[in-house]
Amino acid sequence: MNKRKIYNFFSNKVFLFTLISILAGLIIGAVILLFAGFNPLRAYAIIISGVLGRFKYISYTIIKATPLILTGLSITFAFRTGLFNIGAEGQFIIGAITATAVGYFLHLPAIIHIPVVIISATIAAGLWGGIAGFLKAKFGVHEVISTIMLNWIALYFQNYLVYMDGFQKPGGETSYSIQPTASIKLFGEWKLSDAGFAWFNSNPFLRDLFKTPVNFGFLFAIVAAVIVWYILKHTTLGYKLRAVGFNKNAAEYGGINVSKSMIISMTIAGGLAGLAGAVQVMGVTHNVSLLAAMEGFGFDGIAVALIGNCTAIGSVFAGLLFGALKYGGTKIQPAMGAPSEIINIVIGTIVFFIAIPRMISLLIKRFSKKDRL
Amino acid sequence: MIDNVALILGTTLMYSTPLIFTAMGGVISENSGVINIGLEGMMVIGAFTGATIGYFTGNPWIAFIGAGFAGAIFGLLHAIACVSFGANQVVSGIAINFLGPGLALFLSRIFFDGATMTLSINLDNKMPRPLSGVFSQDSFMYYFLGNRYATVYIALILVFLLWYVLYKTKLGLRIRAVGEHPTAADTLGIDVYKIRYLSVIFSGVFAGFGGAALSLAIVSNFRPTLVSGHGFIALAAMIFGKWKPQGALLACLLFGGAQGITVFLGQYDFKVSSQILSMIPYVLTMVILVGFVGRASAPAADGIPYDKEQKY
Repeated sequence: MNKRKIYNFFSNKVFLFTLISILAGLIIGAVILLFAGFNPLRAYAIIISGVLGRFKYISYTIIKATPLILTGLSITFAFRTGLFNIGAEGQFIIGAITATAVGYFLHLPAIIHIPVVIISATIAAGLWGGIAGFLKAKFGVHEVISTIMLNWIALYFQNYLVYMDGFQKPGGETSYSIQPTASIKLFGEWKLSDAGFAWFNSNPFLRDLFKTPVNFGFLFAIVAAVIVWYILKHTTLGYKLRAVGFNKNAAEYGGINVSKSMIISMTIAGGLAGLAGAVQVMGVTHNVSLLAAMEGFGFDGIAVALIGNCTAIGSVFAGLLFGALKYGGTKIQPAMGAPSEIINIVIGTIVFFIAIPRMISLLIKRFSKKDRL
Repeated sequence: MIDNVALILGTTLMYSTPLIFTAMGGVISENSGVINIGLEGMMVIGAFTGATIGYFTGNPWIAFIGAGFAGAIFGLLHAIACVSFGANQVVSGIAINFLGPGLALFLSRIFFDGATMTLSINLDNKMPRPLSGVFSQDSFMYYFLGNRYATVYIALILVFLLWYVLYKTKLGLRIRAVGEHPTAADTLGIDVYKIRYLSVIFSGVFAGFGGAALSLAIVSNFRPTLVSGHGFIALAAMIFGKWKPQGALLACLLFGGAQGITVFLGQYDFKVSSQILSMIPYVLTMVILVGFVGRASAPAADGIPYDKEQKY
């Protein structure tokens, strides 16, 4: 029975198509590297060893993947209700600035401070995302335009705050850092103390691992993924939201309040992206800084959601893949001078192939015909 | 005072130009029934190609056309996915938005010794300002229209041409027919695939021009943050302008105008933060969308792949 389930999973068309798309992305990436005069096998070997070679690298990969998993979940959630959340970028920003403000201005014991920061950032970003849902439901404003606008408003808002008296760290283009009680870094302070330093020196393995900003963020991402999966699969709310995504008119006819569903969906999506921003601030950056352009967490999240086939579990794996490629990709630049942007080409190609399942099924048909001959 | 008004109007035109080109790309693609979220990526590759060819050849016109070609290649890619293989058009566009910047930066590092910023074009080799001698200096017209890069005029002509083609010619009627009701168009003997291929490829050409209007006129090189979101704003302007060339033009002028005013006020020691000023066009767009424009009205078959063999 269990074996049967596993077999079904792997012979699942969608899973197979995703694997083929990833393979196609890697092949196209290799061809481009080859044309540019680099050895693609060596490049991929560097990426693989750069991701899995040491515990430190694995840790970095997970840290890179954490916000992407969360923004991927955000986009996944909205997609399932038939909404395209381009606004994860802006919701991420709102989450990040709220987390920084609450983390810096409030003085609380860690056990209260951390949840307060997380909850306030999630709520603020949820409301921000909800605006797009509200405008769509009440005024028919296309969520793609409203979220693009909201992204830019959020970006300039962050820059405004970074320059605000009392929030800007004197002499820099960043805000003040959050209080240590709001940090979710593991052993953040102790690591730098004399005792901690000595202890880590006697444990080379742990020292290696904890050199990175190891934090609880990944756990939050996993919990969020489980919650998203549960809401979508096992609750009435999820059923309603998915019904709206499948067929708006049929859902309306069936007595589901479509307007309300859209607002709720965008609010939850916003909250998830805001959580990504909060986790990034609390676990990695500890502050927000002046933005010259979008950071890309939201846009990368779109790719994560698509590669993950718009499922919660898919987003976790796709986020890890994306994080690994992004982190590992930076290593081919110093090692062999190959541009690390090849990763964006690989990701773009994967997404491109995911967009054209018909082409993949044609390929499969062609190959399986040959087999029969 | 009158000079200041002329200057604001002039900068408005300057900043609107890349948006106008790209928005026209959106108009032609979506009128034929293919959503093009990939405008951003096409703009990036256009900006890079323009700056690179401009630097190596010293000829802005070859560079400008080259940028159009680069955009066309990405347009073709989008068309292959969306027209021939019935792809999810939004997803394919997202892919283009990864491929465009990825390839641009990859090539930049190869051509410019590992730098993601291309070397600056010699100022004499930027887009010319053909009308700068027509009006006497310091006159209203000089600041408004005279002292402008050639791309500004080309963009305005393009809007007129596209309007003319879409609404006054047989080809335009076909493009719109294919976007509204491809099956009916097919019955009348119109090759839906061919029309859509043509429209999407030209969409790439225009977006490529838009990118080059940034890297060959407003600045003189390509850098990773150059385009940052212009393509998405052009997309919004196209929707805002109700999928029509003239409407999109007005929306682009609104964005450009707000940017022009921000730049203008930036010269003075103004009390309001420039960050807040920069927000205004985006807030304004949302307000206008809510209050005045109302429900968007895309071409009926926009985003729906056409499959000849599908039975109804």
